[in-house]
Amino acid sequence: MAVLKTELVPVDSEAHVVAVRQTVRAWAQELGFSLVDQTKIVTAASELARNTIKHGGGGKLTLEILNEGIRRGLRLIFEDTGPGIPDLSLAMKDGYTSGGGLGLGLGGSKRLVNDFHIESQVGLGTKVTIVRWK
Amino acid sequence: MDRIPILRMGEFLLVTIQVDMHDRLALTLQDDLTSRISETSARGVLIDISSLETVDSFIGRMLGNIASMSRVMDAETVVVGMQPEVAITLVELGLSLPGVRTALNVERGMDLLRNSRRHGMEGRR
Amino acid sequence: MSLIAEVIRKHEAELTSDWIKEMASSTRRSDLLKETELKSQTTQFVRALGAATESGSTEDIAGTNFSAVREILTETSRSRAAMGFTPSETATFVFSFKRPFVSRLQKEAKDPQSLWSETWKFNELLDKLGLYTMEVFQKSREELISRQQQDMLELSTPVVRLWEGVLALPLIGTLDSARTQVVMESLLKKIVETNSQVAIIDITGVPTVDTLVAQHLIKTVTAARLMGADCIISGIRPQIAQTIVHLGVNLSDITTKSSMADAFLVALQRGGYSFVKKTELA
Repeated sequence: MAVLKTELVPVDSEAHVVAVRQTVRAWAQELGFSLVDQTKIVTAASELARNTIKHGGGGKLTLEILNEGIRRGLRLIFEDTGPGIPDLSLAMKDGYTSGGGLGLGLGGSKRLVNDFHIESQVGLGTKVTIVRWK
Repeated sequence: MDRIPILRMGEFLLVTIQVDMHDRLALTLQDDLTSRISETSARGVLIDISSLETVDSFIGRMLGNIASMSRVMDAETVVVGMQPEVAITLVELGLSLPGVRTALNVERGMDLLRNSRRHGMEGRR
Repeated sequence: MSLIAEVIRKHEAELTSDWIKEMASSTRRSDLLKETELKSQTTQFVRALGAATESGSTEDIAGTNFSAVREILTETSRSRAAMGFTPSETATFVFSFKRPFVSRLQKEAKDPQSLWSETWKFNELLDKLGLYTMEVFQKSREELISRQQQDMLELSTPVVRLWEGVLALPLIGTLDSARTQVVMESLLKKIVETNSQVAIIDITGVPTVDTLVAQHLIKTVTAARLMGADCIISGIRPQIAQTIVHLGVNLSDITTKSSMADAFLVALQRGGYSFVKKTELA
């Protein structure tokens, strides 16, 4: 699998959340994603960016265009050096169906993308990797 | 700081969101709206989101908050013009915005508000 | 620099023209491929191959040093798949490079031992590249077919405008997850386009509904609501009703009617219409 293009974007303040949405939208458009697929990955990126700032104390986003044989994909990697998530399975269960919870939106974001991978260590930080394939 | 303009149309308030809002702008809108409802004794709020290409959980919850707070002040809120892609994404996220009434466009939204004033409808939700 | 790369560097132009000559007229397909295009494809490939083999390693064609070669082969293969070449004709594009190269190699090799080992290395490399070309070709064809299927699906489930502000989507046949998504997206788009407040989703013609499809239906209804439109699901046959209850799917928030006619009536009534039957004059 080859990485065709890559860019690093800071995710430290709320102004960056808007920048993340706009950058991801531009990349998704460049890859030729349908409008629905664009909106899905931009929204997932928005959720994860917000997490990085609010729960991770700030961090970075790496955008990559992947080339695997015939198919192309957009990979986003959100990393922070924050407190980490103690119980990952519990965090993934968080949803908005209860109507008021502060949930991390991880379960929702996972449903919006094709591949979802999360690593987290208490005291060291969290890394969330998502991919949307064309 | 920039703010989203709130227009007054008779006993209703109209808000058209055309920019990709950062969190603080969204919270400011929430505050501004509640102040204006109180000042003008508005009976309804119409929020036009037909220009929004992305609505994430934060904005979604903001819309829900506005609806709840307005109701406490005896005003109904109708969100209009949600794009199909946004609707599909919100549903996938798990947000169905209960308590927020919706309409296809401003015109229909206004009809809904006028009818609800006239008949005291509990609304379709 | 490896011997293979050296030979390519030294004789790039001749190798390319020898290669073109080598392509048997049957695989050359001059009816499909213009001279200039072929020249460009062959030149680019030879050049990229030279760069890729510089380091000497020819084992892993999936590595980064072969990425330019793969891109050229992918492009070549894709365009040939679309043009109507057969998979063999496309792979032969690669394989026919063997003879011209090896005859050059013979002249450049220092000793029989290195000639043998370099020839073998080259042979294996080109086999791998030829197979890669075939895989790309297959995938291209599969993609083309699935795109055509998608188009056919959209055409085969038209959204019907029953009345001003009332749409109907008669679903027929087995629904799989992918098809349901496509169909639902087009319904939501039509709702916006036609400014319709009610959409009737009729599943009379659907033999079975599984959890995924039921979930998609519910998601569509919820999405339509967020947009300001209501959905009525009609044509739920007893068997499907049983399946839905059995699966634990909750349809209590959604209006359901057993027939599309009933659903249509409800839709019109919601739109503020009432019906008066004219009595016949005696």
